[in-house]
Amino acid sequence: MEAIATWLAATTASGVIQKTLWVIPVMQTIHILSVAMVFSSVMMIELRVLGITRSQTVEQTAHRFVPWIFSGVAVLALTGSVLIIGEPQRSLPSYEFQMKMLYLAVAIAFTIAFSQSVRQHALVWETAGATVRTAAARTLVNGLALVALLAWSMVVVYGRWIAYTVIH
Amino acid sequence: MQWLIDFLTWLGDTRLSLSIAESTWLFPAIEVVHVFAISMVFGTIAIIDLRLLGLASTNRRYTEMARELLPWTGGAWVVSAMFGTLLIASRPVAYFDNTDFRLKFLCMGLAGINMLVFHFVTSRGVARWDKGRVPLSGRVAGGLSLVLWIGVVYFARKTGFTLVQGGA
Repeated sequence: MEAIATWLAATTASGVIQKTLWVIPVMQTIHILSVAMVFSSVMMIELRVLGITRSQTVEQTAHRFVPWIFSGVAVLALTGSVLIIGEPQRSLPSYEFQMKMLYLAVAIAFTIAFSQSVRQHALVWETAGATVRTAAARTLVNGLALVALLAWSMVVVYGRWIAYTVIH
Repeated sequence: MQWLIDFLTWLGDTRLSLSIAESTWLFPAIEVVHVFAISMVFGTIAIIDLRLLGLASTNRRYTEMARELLPWTGGAWVVSAMFGTLLIASRPVAYFDNTDFRLKFLCMGLAGINMLVFHFVTSRGVARWDKGRVPLSGRVAGGLSLVLWIGVVYFARKTGFTLVQGGA
């Protein structure tokens, strides 16, 4: 990672980003706004899955918000790449950055699995928890919802903490 | 305004302010909570604004969405403001003198006025458009809100650069 960071920092693209003062704050702003969209979309889904909100079905909620998570993540990847190219040594070798990527992978895997499951078993999602037989399933689903929310939260926490990485 | 400067100077010398300013982890930890809360504030507001603009959730009742979402917006805003106050406390005079920081509060003030006008004037006729297309005044409010909150996030992030040279 150190080697890649050193090489990347010496590229022309990196030089341009470093010298153009507005690029980094503007990219960071778009990055944070996208984080807000992604995290709030995740929250809307989890609130519905947990049964805290009920006005829409799980399928309707997934249909409304899952696309926003994926397009949000795409914008995050794009702006994040610009930030990495601009300041590779700030991110790539950083423990916080690596943890962020790890949690991001987990969070994305959860989102894909969730959206696939809702697409294939919409009816099961609506009736989960309705009978004694599915009470265990309800607990499992609630647990998974909380784990997914935690994984996305860790992405945010480690993401901001990259700024305070101690470079050894 | 001298009283305000005196107050800020006093605030900056309190034990609490000094601990935040001197600690290596306290400021980042408070900032993580602040950023977390603001991403919930912006995300939930944007979901409502996009509904007003007719760009998303167009099949949903506005009042139902507002009832489900706005308590989270309000709660997150309170958390954000509390932790933001602690961040200011670490260097009150420096923040007060910073132009970007002032612009951030200008944007937030205008967003607040926009919200009050919408709440007390525009949304009184909500029964007519609750499930349908929002009248021009409502769409303008949604657009203004989105632009002003983007401004809040942009100037807040920029403050991080202009307050401390080469800062985080």
